[in-house]
Formats: sequence, C-alpha cells, structure tokens
Amino acid sequence: MKQLALAGLTVITVGAFGWYRGGDDAPAGITGTVKFTGTPPANPKIDMSEEAACAGSATTDPVVTVSNGNLADVLVYVKSGLPPGAAAAAPTAPAVIDQHGCLYRPRTVAVMVKQPLEIRNSDPVLHNIKAVPKKNRGFNISQPREGMKTTRTFTTAEVPIPLQCNVHGWMHANLAVLDHPYFAVTGPDGSFSIQGLPPGNYVLEAWHEKLGAQTMNVTVPATGNATANFTFSAK
Amino acid sequence: MATTAATLDQAIHHAHVDDRSFLRKYVFSTDHKIIGIQFLIMSLLFLALGGLLAMVMRWQLGFPGQAMPGGGVLPETMAPGGVLLPEFYISLVTMHGTFMVFFAIMPLLVGVFANFLIPLKIGAPDMAFPRINMASFWIAVPAGVLMVAGFFVEGGHAGAGWTAYAPLSAMPEMSGVSLGQQFWCVSLVILGLSSILGSMNYIATIINMRAPGMTWFRLPLSIWALFITSILVLLAIPILSGAAIMLLFDQTIGTHFFLPADGGQPLLWQHLFWFFGHPEVYILILPAMGFVSDIIANGSRKPIFGYHSMVFAIVGIGFLGWIVWGHHMFQSGMNPTLGMTFMISTLFIAVPSAIKTFNWLGTMWRGNLQFHVPMLHAIAFVAMFVIGGLSGVFMAATPVDIYIHDTYFIVAHIHYVLFGGSLFAIFGAITFWYPKMFGRLMSPFWGKVHFALTFVFYNLTFWPMHELGLKGHMRRIYDPSEYEFLQPLAPTNRFISIAAFLLFAVQLIFALNFVLSWFFGQKADRNPWKDTGLEWVPPSPAPHGNFDHTPTVYHMPYEFSHPHATEDYVPQNRPLEGQTRPAAAPAGQ
Amino acid sequence: MDWMLPPAFSTFAPDIDRIYYVILVLTAIAFVIVEAGLIWFVIKYRGRPDRKAYYTHGNATAEIVWTAVPAVTVVVLGIMSGPIWNKVKGRDSVPADAMPVGVRAQQFEWHVTYPGADGALGSADDFTVRNQLHVVVNRPTVVMLTAEDVIHSFFVPAFRLKQDAVPGMEIRVWFEPTQTGRFELACAELCGLGHYRMKAFVEVHTQEDYQRWLAEQTQAAATQ
Repeated sequence: MKQLALAGLTVITVGAFGWYRGGDDAPAGITGTVKFTGTPPANPKIDMSEEAACAGSATTDPVVTVSNGNLADVLVYVKSGLPPGAAAAAPTAPAVIDQHGCLYRPRTVAVMVKQPLEIRNSDPVLHNIKAVPKKNRGFNISQPREGMKTTRTFTTAEVPIPLQCNVHGWMHANLAVLDHPYFAVTGPDGSFSIQGLPPGNYVLEAWHEKLGAQTMNVTVPATGNATANFTFSAK
Repeated sequence: MATTAATLDQAIHHAHVDDRSFLRKYVFSTDHKIIGIQFLIMSLLFLALGGLLAMVMRWQLGFPGQAMPGGGVLPETMAPGGVLLPEFYISLVTMHGTFMVFFAIMPLLVGVFANFLIPLKIGAPDMAFPRINMASFWIAVPAGVLMVAGFFVEGGHAGAGWTAYAPLSAMPEMSGVSLGQQFWCVSLVILGLSSILGSMNYIATIINMRAPGMTWFRLPLSIWALFITSILVLLAIPILSGAAIMLLFDQTIGTHFFLPADGGQPLLWQHLFWFFGHPEVYILILPAMGFVSDIIANGSRKPIFGYHSMVFAIVGIGFLGWIVWGHHMFQSGMNPTLGMTFMISTLFIAVPSAIKTFNWLGTMWRGNLQFHVPMLHAIAFVAMFVIGGLSGVFMAATPVDIYIHDTYFIVAHIHYVLFGGSLFAIFGAITFWYPKMFGRLMSPFWGKVHFALTFVFYNLTFWPMHELGLKGHMRRIYDPSEYEFLQPLAPTNRFISIAAFLLFAVQLIFALNFVLSWFFGQKADRNPWKDTGLEWVPPSPAPHGNFDHTPTVYHMPYEFSHPHATEDYVPQNRPLEGQTRPAAAPAGQ
Repeated sequence: MDWMLPPAFSTFAPDIDRIYYVILVLTAIAFVIVEAGLIWFVIKYRGRPDRKAYYTHGNATAEIVWTAVPAVTVVVLGIMSGPIWNKVKGRDSVPADAMPVGVRAQQFEWHVTYPGADGALGSADDFTVRNQLHVVVNRPTVVMLTAEDVIHSFFVPAFRLKQDAVPGMEIRVWFEPTQTGRFELACAELCGLGHYRMKAFVEVHTQEDYQRWLAEQTQAAATQ
C-alpha cells in the first residue's frame, strides 16, 4: 500500500512537472518566428485525379508553405549546449502524423527517442508508410483502411528521416528523432516555442527540408524567454 | 521350390530380438520405418499448418476487409482488430506455398514413403546408410522450426511468394521484410541438405540392395518413381541451395547477383529457381503416380497395364522436367524466341502424362474393382490429375499464357495437380500402408466419409478458380474488390472461400481417423490388401530389420488374377505356377 | 462455370482467344473420354464375388495409339501457337508506325511518359502522368516498359496483354486497341505490400480526343 502511494505520488509529481515545464509561464525557454522573404519556390504539381478518394485535396505538394511571410514546417531544435543530464524522460504522449487527403499532416513531425509516433490514416484508401533511416531500424507498413493507427518508436537521434507512401508517390513527410525534448515545429504562423530549458548558452538550429538549415547562438536567461527569429529566403 | 517358400514363411515368424533403448528406437532411430513415420508426423503437421494459412487467406479473399472470426488473437503487425494487413497476406501467400511444397507434399511423398517403402519393397533390411538417413530427418527438424519462427520476427515473414522473385526478395528496403526472408533462405538451405542426404541414400539403396531376383523391371512402379524422383532431388536441390545462398548474400553482405543497379540480373534468379523448380514439380507428382499405380493394380486385381511404358513414361517425365523451366518465364522478358522452344518441350509433357493416364484406365479395364479407401483415392487421383494435366496445355500454349499467366487459372492448375493429384495419392498411400506402419487398419467407414467429402469440397473449391483466371483475376492480390473488372467475381470468391473452409474442416475426419486408428483400429494381418509386394511378407507392423530371411523374387510385380493361380494374387516372393527358379536372378545368388 | 473469355479490344486478342477455344475443345474431348471411361469402368467392372479380372500385361497397339495421338495433337497446337506468339511478343513484331509511350513501373505506381507534340520520346516536350495511359484507337502503341525497383507486370486484360517489367531492362511491347473507352491496367507480378492496388487505367481515345487531351496536358505543363 505504501509502495502504491509512493508510485502514485511519483506519477503526480512527474506529471505536474511535465505540465509545469510545458506551461506558458515556464521560467526559461526560447520563442520565435520563422520568416520567409522573397518569392517562395513553386511547389511541385500533384495530379490526384486518378485517386477518387483524394481528388481535389491539393494540386501541389506543400514542400514550402508560406503565409503572410511566415514559414511553416520548420524544425527548430537545440543542437548543442545542453548541460549533461539535461535530457528528460521521453514523453509518453505520442506525436501524431495523419494521412489525410493523400497528404501527410503535418509535413514535419518530431519525436524524442522512445517517444511513440502515432501514424493515422484518415483516408478510405491504402497508404503504406515507408521509412528508410540510416541509424534507426527502417519499416514499411501499410494501412489499408480508414481509421487505422500504428505506433512506432525510435532508438537513436536522427534528423531527418524521410517518410513516404509508395501508393501515392507524391506523399512525403519529414520525421526528426531527437535525444532531448527541446524541439518544436513551426505552425502556419511560423512561430515556435521551446520551454523548460536550463539557463545557458545554446546553439539552435532551424531545419527545412528544401530551404536547408540555419543555426543561431541563443542565451537562455534564468527566467523568461529568449527570442530567436530565423529568416529563410529563396536560394 | 515350394519348400523354399514354406521355410521362408516360417522364418518370418521369428522376429528380431530388439533390445534398443526407447530413445534409439523411436527418437534417434536409424530404422527406415521409424524415420518414415517421423517424417509422416512432421509433414502432416505442416500440412495442417499450410492449410490453416490458406484458410486465413481465403477469409480475406471471400470477405475482404472484414474482421476474421478469431483473428483478434493475431498481433497488431499481422491483423489489427482481426482485419488482415496486406503485408501479412503476402506472407501467408508465401508461406502457404513454402510449407506445402517443401514441408508437406515433398516430405510426405519422398521423406515418408521413400524411407518406409524402399527397403521393404525391394527386400532389404534397411537403407544403405541408416545413420545418414537418421541425420536427414534430424536436419529437417531445425529447418522446419526456423521456417515457422520467421512469423515472429520483426518485419514479418518472407513476402515475395514461394518463388521469392528477386529483386523484391533481395531488397529489404523494398519488401519491408529483412529477417523473415533470411530465415526463409537459411531454412531452405538446411532442408536441402536433408533432401540431398535422403535422396543419395535412396539411390544407393535401390541400386545395391535389391533382393535376389528383384531385377530393374521387376521393381514396383512406386519404387521406379521414387528412384527417378531421388535422382531429380539430388540434381535439383543443390541449385536451389546455391540460389538461396546467393539471395541471402544479396540481402546481408552486399553482393548483387540479382540487383540490377549494381550490375546484377533479376532474371538470373528466375532461371535458377525454375531450373530447380520444374524438376521439383515432378518430384511432387512422380511418387504419387507410383503409389497410384501400385494401388490401382491392387484395387483392379489386375497386372498394371503396359508396365514398361509406365517405366519409360516416368523416365521421360523425369527427363523432360529439365528442359521446360522456361515455360514459367514466357512473360518475364526472356528472349521471346526461347518461348517457342520451351512451348514445344512443355507440350510434349502431355505425351508421357497421357501414356500414364491411359495405362491406368487400361489397368482398370475388365478388372474386378475393389473400392477400398486407397483405391477410391487412386481413382480420384486419375480423375483430378487429368484435369490438372489438361489445364496445363492452356498455359503451355504461349499465346494463351500471355493472358492467363499469373492469374487464378494457374492457381487452379497447380492445385489440381498438387492437391487433386499428389494429396489424393498421399491419402490413398497413407491408408494403404498404414497397417504396415502401425499394425492396425484405418477405419474404412470414416475413410470413405472423408474421401467423399474431400472430393466434393475439393472440386467446389478449385474448379471455380479456372473461371476466376479466365476473367483475368490476378493471383496473390490482397483485395480483388479494388478492381472494377473483378468486382462481379466477388460472389465466386465467397463461394470458393466457404467451400475451402468446409474442405479444411472435413480433414479433421482424416486426422481423427489417423490418430484413433493408431490405438483402436482393427488389427491388421500380414497382408490386409492381398497385395503382391514384398512389404507384405513381414508381419504388420514390420519388425526392426524387416525380413528374417532375405526374400527371393520370382516375377514382376502386380501378378493379380493369374489364370493358373488358386488365389487372385501371387506375391513376388512366390513362384508363379510352373515356374521353378527365379528367372534372371542376379549373378552370385 | 463460364468458360468464355471476357470481351477483347485489341487487334491480336481474337487470335489469342481463338487458340484458347481450340485448346478448350481439344481438352474437353480428352476430358470427356477419360472421365467418361473412368466412370464407365467404375460401374461396369465393379467388384463382385464371382468375377475374375482379365489377366493381361498390356497391348502394344494401344500403347502406340495413345502415345502418337497426343504427340501429334501437341505438335499441331505448337504449330498453331507459334505465329500468334511471334505476332504479339516477337522482337520484330512492333509495327513501325507505333506511337511510343514510356511506362515506368515503380512500387506501386505506373508513370507514363508521353512523347508530346513531336511524337518522339526523349525530347524536351515529353511529360509524365501518373497511372493514366492515354492511347489512340486503331493505332498501334508501343510501350517502352521499364521498372524502377522490383519486377512488376503490365497487364491489360481487355487487350489480352501481359508483360513483366524488369528493373535493368527495357522491354518493348505493343498493342492496337480496337475500341474507345476506359480499360483497367493491373500489376500482375507480386511486387510488395501495395501490389494489389498497383492499378491504372488505359483510356482509348479517338485521334481528335487524344489531340485535345494532349493539348490540355501540354498547356498544363507550360503554365507550371
């Protein structure tokens, strides 16, 4: 009984810490926005006319998504500078990637080592999900029906792991596996937020599948957020 | 000479004193009969497993996308919520073929009956190399274990078909399967070693250990068939083993025999596989033809019609088996000029097949047909083998093959040959020789019930597959409802599935009859079928060492209804009326 | 049980169907002879206690007859089949005026490359469309068949055409459709977990419709 109580207490503590660390009023972190200047490169065309279930979902492959000058689908993560032992346990909540309208949503998804990645199929057609990583074990699985879910985990940090569907050759996604929880992916508004970092100096990297990577040195104060804004432009 | 026969009969009453331990007698036995029974139990288990996999496939084909009853026990990687995944389905396709060909039909025909019958039927005490014989069984066991284990490794079991066409089989990144395919290769190499050891033994035994008077043309047709089969095994299996090792190296150590990006050639795999594979097809039917010949002569109470033609037909089929492999590759991209050559050689297989069929009919003509269970299965073999043989003509004709290649027509064809042919012969042979193995008869009533139900459900299952093929239904597809032109065939597919479930279910009758007769069957006397073969000379079951006294052979097999004999059969070790000495006895006897 | 073949819409399909029906008739005759003989013997010679089987070891004439008849039959079948095979698959059989189309099979898609307005593959106006093969009625098309990764098989049941696509090889295969409409194209060689869904369609146009479609495609390519 005592052990049970202790276990319960541990769960509550860890849970609270996780919530606290993830909260907006976290003592330290990095926030910022990723911008894009200039004319975005044209995205490749997709012809979905032959796939009735998805026809009309999109006419181009959203490799570069810019709205109001904000760049989406950029992975921002702490590349170096973490003190030893800063890496926490992997979150148990899965990261989710959905296949909807014969596109991966989101385009870029990041998980921590051992954190589950849930792959969903919201289309009434067959998708297969093929990953050919260099450091992790690859897989090639199928989801023939709508509503199917498959969960995968990864053992080693690796950025990026391309995901693809061979039934719909245009379908691509980027998976990032990191050995710490200090990462984020920009949404349509280009913003990101990495919370719970110990104060210190870090190298932050912003990675985009087509536009490449940029790094920036950031100093995180004891309380409050440091700001890091990246700007990509057409090459 | 009558005195010789009498002393011989007397001598047989004295069985060997057998002081071997249990382990030596039943587990690590060098007795060919025990090894045959060990192979029988192993291969019947694989037959059941292979059948079970087929049932799971038939569920998906009959009821695509619906949760399989009881499928919930399968893990997420095979059938989440009981609904099969495509990758599991193609593993089922692959492993159904692999288990049936390599672990069920082939050992049933060769491992079981070559072992059990050869020494008994040629009048020898055992095989030429009994320890090698024991090794051949105990090498097959780990091969089987490894092949089953492939289902439980990450990435699932091999999924490139039993033919394992490269590059799909050679490239884990394309198939999603790595360990499973490697297990498949290693298992077949190990099993190949078992087959090579066995066949070497059978050949040596038949050549060297025939009883006095057992000349080549006095050999029963079952032994002739097993002899030619063993030669095919000895020559064909090393090709498969070599190809499987090359495939394994392509997957694991970076060779590229079959990978075109690095200068390899995918068609090389097909040539190697089918250069083995077509003789293999005859390995899977020739012994069955031999058993059926023995049983039909017995059931007709007549000598086999055209014995010499039958022998030459066996030899002819064995030879043709080596020059027809290209007919599996008409649409493969091989030079189309070769298509003509292979078409002609393939069509010629019809000739020895026709000789055999008509000689079986000739044997039954004006006979005194005894419809015992083995005879029923033998007649069914002839009836079904004819269908399988005739459907083969369609795909041998290259223009028609363009259309029906890789469709259910091929599936129907192979099942008419391997199930309608080989498996009916196996059911017949097991029933026929069961008393010599276990000393008891299988229940004739339940045998007939099993036969009748199997015959009906078998045809209901496989006959409509011809129609599927003619409408263009591809084989090895997980969900035919994806294609508009296949959607009208859905009711046929469902019908086939239900027939297949019933077919599988009635095999339980055979399983129960097999197991229960072992303990409760009617005790068999020495020669329950009143047959002429030497295997009926020793008591049932035959003791260790088989014969107390080496029998002498006086005449050809199948001396039934001899006009001057008092009984309607004259065993090979008894002279015919008026015969005084064993004609053409080997020198030195 | 329906032994009829479905309707066919290519120039060589009737030849293939004809040889099929010839074989169907021949095998049906053999089938009836053997099965009827078997049933007849089973009934007529069923065992009775007073019955004694006729003792014979065979008959040379019978052996010769049932060796020779099948041998002659299969030679005839071979002679009938050869020219049709050559017409469809022979290396020199592709009509000179055939319109070239590139088909690249890849897990689990068909990429069809069209020659564009100049009618020749390998030029700048080529364009590639996924899972759609557009051809012209009554005009031969030659498919330059390649495979990207593993072996696939190009199968159009309505044209009675099947040809494996092998990585590392370019195989030329031709057909001439005889009717406009849409026909299904399937992969007939197990190529992986998505094999069952590796499907496309063949759209057979009139010459005018094809030109219209071609113009649309070229326009779409230009605006990109």
